[in-house]
Amino acid sequence: MKQRLVVIGNGMAGMRTVEELLSAAPEKYDITVFGTEPYGNYNRIMLSSVLCGEKTIEDIIINDRQWYADKGICLYTGSEKSVVRIDRITRKVYAQDGTSATYDRLLIATGSRPVIPAISGNDLKGVISFRDIVDVNRMLTYSKSHKKAVVLGGGLLGLEAANGLALRGMDVTVIHNNAVLLNRQMDPQAGKMLQKELEQRRLKFKMAAKTQQLIGDKNGHIIAVRFEDGSELACDLFIMAIGVRPNMTLAQEAGIYCERGIVVNDTLQSYDPSIYAVGECIQHRGDTFGLVAPLFEQAKVCANHLSAHGVAEYITLPTATKLKVTGINLFSVGNFMGDENCESIHFTDVDLGIYKKLVIKADKLIGAVLYGDTTDGSWYQELLEKEVPVAEIRDRLIFGKACLAST
Amino acid sequence: MKNTIKTTCPYCGVGCGISALVSDKNHQVTISGDPSHPANFGRLCSKGSALGETVELKGRLLNPQAYGRDTSWTEALDLVANSFIKIIEQYGPDAVAIYGSGQLLTEDYYVANKLMKGFIGSGNMDTNSRLCMSSSVAGHKRAFGSDTVPGCYDDYEQAEMIILIGSNAAWCHPVSFQRIRAAKEANPTLKIVVIDPRRTSTCDIADLHLSVASGSDGILFNGLLHYLHQENILNQTYIDAHTEGFSKALNAATNSSHSIEQVAAQCNLAVEDLNHFYQWFASHEKVMSLYSQGINQSSSGTDKVNAIINCHLATGRIGKPGMGPFSLTGQPNAMGGREVGGLAHQLAAHMDFSNTDDIDRVARFWDTQTIATKPGLAAVDLFDAIYDGKVKAVWIMGTNPVVSMPNANKIIQALQRCDFVVVSDCIANTDTTALAHVLLPAQGWSEKDGTITNSERCISRQRALFSPAGSAKPDWWIITQVARRMGFEKAFHYQNASEIFCEHAALSGFENNTDQGLRDFDISAFAKISQQDYDLLQPIQWPVNQAYPQGKARFFDDGQFFTLSGKAQFIAIEPRLPVNLPDKNYPLILNTGRLRDQWHTMTRTAIAAKLNQHKPEPFVEVNPVDAQHYGLPANTLAVIESSWGSMIARVQVTDSQQQGNLFVPMHWTNQYASQGRMGALVNPVVDPVSKQPESKHTPVRIKAYQPVWQGFILSRRELTITESEYQVKIKGEQFYRYELAGVTLPEDWRSSVQKNLCSATAENPQWQEYQDSAKGNYRSAQIINKQLETVIFIAADNTLPERSWLTSLFAKTQLEIPERMALLTGRPPVGIPDVGTIVCACFNVGEKTIQAAIKEKNLKTHQEVGICLKAGTNCGSCVPEIKALL
Repeated sequence: MKQRLVVIGNGMAGMRTVEELLSAAPEKYDITVFGTEPYGNYNRIMLSSVLCGEKTIEDIIINDRQWYADKGICLYTGSEKSVVRIDRITRKVYAQDGTSATYDRLLIATGSRPVIPAISGNDLKGVISFRDIVDVNRMLTYSKSHKKAVVLGGGLLGLEAANGLALRGMDVTVIHNNAVLLNRQMDPQAGKMLQKELEQRRLKFKMAAKTQQLIGDKNGHIIAVRFEDGSELACDLFIMAIGVRPNMTLAQEAGIYCERGIVVNDTLQSYDPSIYAVGECIQHRGDTFGLVAPLFEQAKVCANHLSAHGVAEYITLPTATKLKVTGINLFSVGNFMGDENCESIHFTDVDLGIYKKLVIKADKLIGAVLYGDTTDGSWYQELLEKEVPVAEIRDRLIFGKACLAST
Repeated sequence: MKNTIKTTCPYCGVGCGISALVSDKNHQVTISGDPSHPANFGRLCSKGSALGETVELKGRLLNPQAYGRDTSWTEALDLVANSFIKIIEQYGPDAVAIYGSGQLLTEDYYVANKLMKGFIGSGNMDTNSRLCMSSSVAGHKRAFGSDTVPGCYDDYEQAEMIILIGSNAAWCHPVSFQRIRAAKEANPTLKIVVIDPRRTSTCDIADLHLSVASGSDGILFNGLLHYLHQENILNQTYIDAHTEGFSKALNAATNSSHSIEQVAAQCNLAVEDLNHFYQWFASHEKVMSLYSQGINQSSSGTDKVNAIINCHLATGRIGKPGMGPFSLTGQPNAMGGREVGGLAHQLAAHMDFSNTDDIDRVARFWDTQTIATKPGLAAVDLFDAIYDGKVKAVWIMGTNPVVSMPNANKIIQALQRCDFVVVSDCIANTDTTALAHVLLPAQGWSEKDGTITNSERCISRQRALFSPAGSAKPDWWIITQVARRMGFEKAFHYQNASEIFCEHAALSGFENNTDQGLRDFDISAFAKISQQDYDLLQPIQWPVNQAYPQGKARFFDDGQFFTLSGKAQFIAIEPRLPVNLPDKNYPLILNTGRLRDQWHTMTRTAIAAKLNQHKPEPFVEVNPVDAQHYGLPANTLAVIESSWGSMIARVQVTDSQQQGNLFVPMHWTNQYASQGRMGALVNPVVDPVSKQPESKHTPVRIKAYQPVWQGFILSRRELTITESEYQVKIKGEQFYRYELAGVTLPEDWRSSVQKNLCSATAENPQWQEYQDSAKGNYRSAQIINKQLETVIFIAADNTLPERSWLTSLFAKTQLEIPERMALLTGRPPVGIPDVGTIVCACFNVGEKTIQAAIKEKNLKTHQEVGICLKAGTNCGSCVPEIKALL
């Protein structure tokens, strides 16, 4: 008899794990999947492309319902099917509508929740996050009838939202609490170049700004944003994009050990040996996750253990950053800010909008920021992961791999 | 409007004829060799070929200046005349001096000499020919009784053996060298021997290279005389009939050269090689001995000249086709200067102060009461006298003694101390004009009109191609204007150059006969030459007189000499070592000399971009063993120091240099290099007879120069660079190149570059920048409208890329993106070849291009390379380098 695997979460991490598992051990499990969103599985990171009109929802569907049927997976979707309780004793999970499933192994892939800023007015109409298809559809609706959008957060998600709304014809201002955009992915110089380029695309910025309050009209709809310095900004749509937090409520309530996320070991196993977790809901060796690349790696390792091969170990590798804004190329990887023991190499061509910075420590590349020309991003990542000594090629390193072939 | 004008080259003493296709409208000229000129038959060297690039008006001295301000000719001439008059009144005529140049035309030279010796009444008219030819002059004078070059260029083809002594003719007299090369190719039995401490490009055609110990030539030729005697090769009949002093000379030779083994040991030669040389000399009747600065620039230069001449006299090999001693003169008109008496011990027209009849004769001819009666001060003594305050006013014409004189830093001090310094030049900024009180704008080569005489006594016209730049005037005009203002109106009332030439010709024939004393120099046939005939004058070898109206190829064919007895004089030579020998503190010998593509102090050749590519930077050639010993890797910088001064140069490691010897080029000045003046190091030691300095032998030491940063800048426009201890400026095609190094590190390269290194560049440039601070690397580029404006490379060490690809980008109207992205690597993007260092300056062919063609097309000879790439097919002076690549 097959073992039973239950997956909570129909997102990218969970489904990638299932795909990996099906390819490694197709007959091992009867699989049941619970998803809150009423679709098959879609590529969440492409939502930006849907927002800006480069893609449709259909384009970003990874697995439709037919796929689940073909694979013999039992799929429950919709808010009434969202799991509300895990009974670890009986190894059963219960959905809101009472649907239950028994597991031999449970995979938690509940993802993350947008951080909601603790400011007054955060519950006004027209104040939304940017997380799922529902959010995208609301933004698209607003863009047809409203003018002024404010995006809180100059990180990847916020900038993608802002770019999309601007392309949909809205007058968009990005509010960022740091003086530098993408300050977690870019150094100040690259951040400034990015800001300049986005400004040329008619985005506005209010940098190093502290939001005090969201002001609503009598219908409870947002009309303005007030800042700590007393200034105000008119606003019809307010997007909160200041980050995500692991969605671990369900696990916590089930008594699974959590800190900032569901704590897992190198095999993606939680403190309960029959329960695994992957994706943005987890905490691994102190890290939480927000980008897709490590999720896929986790999926691979997790599937390896679920299929009882049991040899893979998850290691968090430096993750490269990419911004999905057409025409803007940026890339960063590793420790690109460096420290006093690091050496850095810089290249800029202001007119071409190119900036590169490589950080070297003990003759190894440990970080890179590329702006404008990201051709060699993957090469740098490779050098960094393989810890290749660079003394021999140092003088040409920043000019890229092709340059090494030159005489 | 274009027209062709025949003129002559202003560089070396070969005196090549030039055919200039002049386009006056845009001030351009196309230069080619004059096929009808007997000096070159249409050939030109790289320098001559590039003359068209040097006629630009940028950098020219266009107006008279007095004490730093532009002034009128009238005021400037009055000032010069009055200042000279005042000093002469107060201190006497010997308190003033003229220091001329082998670049002056004969007519200029004549009036300068006439003014100083004939009317001011001082012998203090000397010239930079003192630095290059005076030992030959003195040697000729002692042996022949006259300063006569016996042979001619035609002898090259007729000789059976040609010896080149202390001459890198391949670089210094390229067209003569190519003629010898052609003679050798046509006649492979022609034996060529090169005697030179260095293995130069001239050795390329040599059957034998004798790498003699520096300064040992006297012993070598004394040994030859002894050998010829032992082997019974002497022409006793000739010796008896036409010479005097043979036995003393032979005794002296024998005393200094007991055996071939001893000579070989003293000259540091293999006995076998020496034997070959002596045997070849003995067994070939038609032997030419070509010698140049390696012989002349020595404290025993005159003796070395006579040691060579002794061997020719002893074998009677003089005055006949294909044989004789032959001095290769350095400058275009050194010979003309000698003819007018431009050296301080000469009076005029091959007459000297040593003969009171001559003084009286010239005084009568010039109709002067105030003629000088004793020799003046020769160059080194002259500048010492200026330094000591004995000479209080000096007029320097067309030369750059601050660079070219030995102990040159003292020359700077001397001119700084001098009450009144006048400089006539065509170039505004030279190391010497910087020290002048009065600057007088002389016409440049392309504007001047007159005559020159080359190494083979051939008088040729130099003709104006353009109207004068600014208010520039002919040197003769400037001199005569001052002379008139000094009260000598009547004697200097010339309307044009041809009137001066007539007078010069008349003086050469004046009382020139067997009764009153026969002189070799006689061009009296021109004493009444019309302006028209002067303008049409064809090249002709003096004498040109009643006996030889068409000139004469060779002297002494009749065995008659210009001594009192009519016989040639053997000179007993006791070889002397150079005055200053290497010691513990200064263990190396510094040799100096010319490069292929530069002339003198680069005031003109450095304007021609293509001439700056062969050797762009001051360098020092070091033997590999010495380089190892002193820790001098190739292409690093080294400090060379003597007791007198120091310089910094790029190290070139080569076994063509003897161990213990260094070689540096003579050309660099403060205008192009901050630390490249070799004159500062050279010992102020002179030959007692000729007063020529010993520029080929100064004890020095060398050590690595250790800057904390090195770099280069290539810029479309000229920059003012303030923050670089070592600095060399090189003009290229559409760019200036600056090689830099410094001992202090700026706090921040970016601001330092923008403030101190590129201060003169455009506003709002677009910068591309590369910085690896930990490694000390900084590179940046300015791009304006997609076109490269400036590129800067700074490194903590010597790991800078080659400049060739970067410099090629200045020819582009815009940079392609791959080029732009590769810019600060200094290397072409994949797929674009780098031509490498330019080898052939005439056709701009680079080393890497040649190497690639050799490999791809399997080229075997330099001729094949020439067919394929044209390299080496014009002047041919790069052929040795092409051969080296093969």
